[in-house]
Amino acid sequence: MTNTRALVLRTAGINCDGETVRALELAGASVELLHLQRILDEPARLDEVSLLVIPGGFSYGDDVSAGRVFGLELRHSLAAQLSAFVERGGFVLGVCNGFQVLVESGLFEPGSARRNLALANNASNRFECRWVAIEGQACAAPWVEPGLVMPVPVANGEGRLVVRDDATLQRLVENRQLAWRYVRADGQPAESFPDNPNGSVLAIAGICDPTGRVLGLMPHPERNLTPWNHPHWTRLSPREEGEGVRFYRRLVEAASGALV
Amino acid sequence: MAIPTVASPASSTRTRNPLPDAWRVEVFRAPAMDDPEGTSVLGAIRELGLAGVESVRSGRGFLLSPALARETLLEAAREFLADPVLDQARVYAPRESPASAPANCARILVMRKPGVMDPVALTVQRALVRTGIVPAAQALEFRVATFRAYEVRGAVSAATLAEIGARVLGNETIDDVLVGDEGLHFHAPSSQVRHGRVEVPLCAADDERLATLSREGGLSLNLVEMRAIQAHYRAQRREPSACELETIAQTWSEHCKHKTFAGIIEMDGVRIDNLLKCTIKAATVELAKPWCVSVFHDNAGVIEFDQGWNVCFKVETHNHPSAIDPYGGAGTGVGGVIRDILGVGLGAKPIANTDAFFVGPADLPAEKPLPKGCMHPRRILRGVVAGVRDYGNRMGIPTVNGGVWFHEGYVANPLVYCGTVGLMPHSAATKSVAPGDAIVVAGGRTGRDGIHGATFSSAELHEESESLSSSAVQIGDAITEKRVLDALLVARDLGLYRGITDCGAGGLSSAVGEMSEPCGAEVELDLVPLKYPGLSPEEIWISEAQERMVLAVPPQKLDELLAVFRAEDVEATVIGHFNSTGKLSLRARGELVGELDLAFLHEGTPRPVRSASYTPAQWPDPGCPAPAQGHGPTVLALLGAPDSSSKEWIVRQYDHEVQGMSVLKPFVGVAMDGPGDAAVLQPLPSSRKGIALSCGANPGYGLLDAGAMAEAVIDEALRNAVAVGGDPARTAILDNFSWGNCDKPDRLGALVRASEACYRAAKAYGTPFISGKDSLNNEYRVGDRTLAIPPTLLISALAIVPDVARCTSMDLKRAGSRVYLVGRTRADFGGSAYLRLSLTEGGRVPRPDLVEAPRLFAALHGAIQSGLVLACHDLSEGGLALAAAEMAFAGDLGLELELARVPFEDSESSGKSRSGFDPDSARLYSESCSRFLVEVAEGSAASFERAFAGLPLAEIARVVSTKHFAARGVDGKPLFELGLEALRTAHQGTFHG
Repeated sequence: MTNTRALVLRTAGINCDGETVRALELAGASVELLHLQRILDEPARLDEVSLLVIPGGFSYGDDVSAGRVFGLELRHSLAAQLSAFVERGGFVLGVCNGFQVLVESGLFEPGSARRNLALANNASNRFECRWVAIEGQACAAPWVEPGLVMPVPVANGEGRLVVRDDATLQRLVENRQLAWRYVRADGQPAESFPDNPNGSVLAIAGICDPTGRVLGLMPHPERNLTPWNHPHWTRLSPREEGEGVRFYRRLVEAASGALV
Repeated sequence: MAIPTVASPASSTRTRNPLPDAWRVEVFRAPAMDDPEGTSVLGAIRELGLAGVESVRSGRGFLLSPALARETLLEAAREFLADPVLDQARVYAPRESPASAPANCARILVMRKPGVMDPVALTVQRALVRTGIVPAAQALEFRVATFRAYEVRGAVSAATLAEIGARVLGNETIDDVLVGDEGLHFHAPSSQVRHGRVEVPLCAADDERLATLSREGGLSLNLVEMRAIQAHYRAQRREPSACELETIAQTWSEHCKHKTFAGIIEMDGVRIDNLLKCTIKAATVELAKPWCVSVFHDNAGVIEFDQGWNVCFKVETHNHPSAIDPYGGAGTGVGGVIRDILGVGLGAKPIANTDAFFVGPADLPAEKPLPKGCMHPRRILRGVVAGVRDYGNRMGIPTVNGGVWFHEGYVANPLVYCGTVGLMPHSAATKSVAPGDAIVVAGGRTGRDGIHGATFSSAELHEESESLSSSAVQIGDAITEKRVLDALLVARDLGLYRGITDCGAGGLSSAVGEMSEPCGAEVELDLVPLKYPGLSPEEIWISEAQERMVLAVPPQKLDELLAVFRAEDVEATVIGHFNSTGKLSLRARGELVGELDLAFLHEGTPRPVRSASYTPAQWPDPGCPAPAQGHGPTVLALLGAPDSSSKEWIVRQYDHEVQGMSVLKPFVGVAMDGPGDAAVLQPLPSSRKGIALSCGANPGYGLLDAGAMAEAVIDEALRNAVAVGGDPARTAILDNFSWGNCDKPDRLGALVRASEACYRAAKAYGTPFISGKDSLNNEYRVGDRTLAIPPTLLISALAIVPDVARCTSMDLKRAGSRVYLVGRTRADFGGSAYLRLSLTEGGRVPRPDLVEAPRLFAALHGAIQSGLVLACHDLSEGGLALAAAEMAFAGDLGLELELARVPFEDSESSGKSRSGFDPDSARLYSESCSRFLVEVAEGSAASFERAFAGLPLAEIARVVSTKHFAARGVDGKPLFELGLEALRTAHQGTFHG
């Protein structure tokens, strides 16, 4: 058990809250699952935690666009509190729909007057559920292990990272914001389907903000917790746990130092 | 080409102002950005062979109340409707004409018809109000509608554009498709508001008049039933009200009452009183498994799982709605079966979905005329897949098992089965209702959508169904249902209600009618929240608007319950009370608009006597000839045949990993392309027990021999579950019959034979039926001809897996291990995939040996539990050849078959080749039941063989590192050799959605 207190935020259509809470608890955090309305009513609840997690799902049906409504609500009603939370040293994780929400919230581009990143519909124009391999990058988030390859499922229809222009990409690289990339079996960045399941630029699966404390990714490490989640477990020797536990353990440990 | 000025045929009949009185925002991808949706629309247009289209851009449109300020609109577009990186938004003032499309570019707009559910509009409306972008002062009057817009470039004729609109972009049953024309609507559905009690003059009517009343009212009641109702009201010396008559029609519909299965049947001089009770239910009663918690009487079957938890399972059909609108029909099919699970006992948490589709051949030539009013099977399949995907994924329920079957017989009557598995604590297994409890309706609002779904689904489809029944078609709103799910589970765990059921077919009339059966109820119809004003009392009462549940709430818990629903943003409203009058009383505007005797409503259904006869299909026995083109190409053809080729294109669109419980996925093996026999989930993180979900069906068998088919598909569902590690002694099964018109003796006779077979097989295997549903009348009338579907029985199985760590997947694991064939191979070629390749009819349909099969399953389960099995795959369509090929490419390992070592049980072969009987083909392609191919490590071989002492077992192949699938014939000579890559390619098939 760490002293990390995590808050998992849900609202209508969020549907990965169960496995996300389980992952954080396995990783040693004490976790509270809260409806968005409660935190809008009482933003001070953020002061009590060091880690905020937005899980996957289809918030508000992903109507208009994935994560759009949730993101709008955060921008309109919680923007200042969220920025202050990150500034104070708080950690934020968004997985899949949570990542889409974070992109909409603007947290990855602090200080920018306009948004330059988007998660667009997959190049295949299809929802895609499959296991992929992603590799940790040397980035602003020190809890991400460079070179570590993690098997994870992706399940999304709008996971293609698109940037406004080359300058945006340049900035992401310079700010060390590339956190996870899809890789092929030979370890090279995955340019094409299916290893890169959605057609993301530079095979980007996840990014962090310049502080390294806000991280979002499309794949779901919380769906790889048990020894039997891995698609090849019947071909492997017995395992203690899924690779996703390590991802959450590193995050929870990093956030334990950030107790506010 | 100029932009056509003529409206499409579908929209030309309506008169309207061409430009809506609303702000309009159109959002397209910016020119520099990819538009994958436009690209896939272009692909669909080209697939239809429509010429001239160069490119398509797809966009979304929004209509917003005209009273809003321009600044509000600009902010809404910038902040919310358009993506600042990806999109470009155009904003037009009310009645402003949109920018004319560039030359050589036509616009097609697609908008839901008035009154058809538009969930996105509701979301936009709420979000803009919640965030204050639309000022609070304007919130009350604020409305939104949405549409889709397409810009089609190229030299395209007006006729082609209309065809693109009708066949690719919209469904004219539910959509307005506007080609190059304006005509978007922005008004609530208008209607004549009618209040008050309406009486139906029934007492004095003659038979002809009774039949007319039933037909014109869309009641689907037959003359015997109409006469029974007449007698009831004559005795009461009054006429029925419209509300009463509608309630009776809904409650007595085939859909709700299963009159055929529960009726009286005379067959071969034998009188069958309640077929369901005599066969399917009898098996369950006689088996008396202590782990069956609740069977047949509730919304789903419930069995014990582990650590104080039960699992429940229900499978439903949604055939008729899916024929008319595949997307909406399949989506609401999923939504409906999920509500069954929310409404079983005190409610369960849905943890898995299943789906099975039966459609016409995907390669039906596009130019071949379809029966009037029918869609091409490809369009139906794409639509139903998208419907299941969008509803199931949004609900956060993994869709983990299912299948697709193709047959000419489904061209006019596609079948869509949706299933849901739930998890509930023991304490939630039973429910009750007490007089004084409040009747609470929770979830979506009630509208004119889905009127007469129950009675519609109980009748035959015909040419006009598409236009007459559009009100029976609905669009689901998954997020409203997800909110209901979240709120219900909180309320259940707090013990805030006593009883619950879902609003399905028949709407409130069925839900409240059913709940009040033991006591009585009074409902104020004015209290039911409506989507828009103007519904008559009958419409409110029978509307099948989606995403609604009805609860019985003790008065002292009411406030707390309403607070829980409010906190989850779910509308919950008291609409009446349960009482002890034995009557169902309906009031509107203070007036009694209906008062029904509950005993008559539930017990008064006449039980007509139907006659049945059965003559098995007569065909000459085709034997098992050698393949004309040789075995190699035949194996590849079987791999790529529509029924057996990979359904990965479907499965990958379903989130089968959500909730993080997956142990065995739909696709397994090195490249995750091997079709697994069953999915396995681990529902409780604290327990190593799992559940295996599988199914079986075979329309080809059904056409030849309905009884053998039923036994064979039960065997198939079970062997699928056993193959992955499911315990055959802890397996429950579900029956879902889809049949033709059972007023016809031959159809009914086949149903009797299949039901009797279900009884025999369930008893033999020790697997109780815990739930089921039938969809009869799957016939399509064109003029005076009818087309019936093949007799179709879907068996779904749920098996408890004692330890998920012992689960077995079907991919070969290591070179050098042995491969055993479990079970007996016989001359079972009737309806086989092999004979269907050469369009050969006839032959004996496989039928399991009901004495030996359970012993085989038990032995295999024991071997898997003891860790003796490396890989296991069941033999079904395509027989040994297909199973072996799949195991090889899934494991990326070679397999060498020795056909001489495959025992062939039928004397007619005698090991000698005769004309019409090729011993190699017989061994490769027979579809005899209860067979498995099992990979066993050399070191485990002795123990494995001991486990099968006295049972048919033969070592027939070796796993090799050479990447090929090869066989030697019974004469020991090489028969074929295929590379694994060729197998993989063939298995991917030719249709990918």
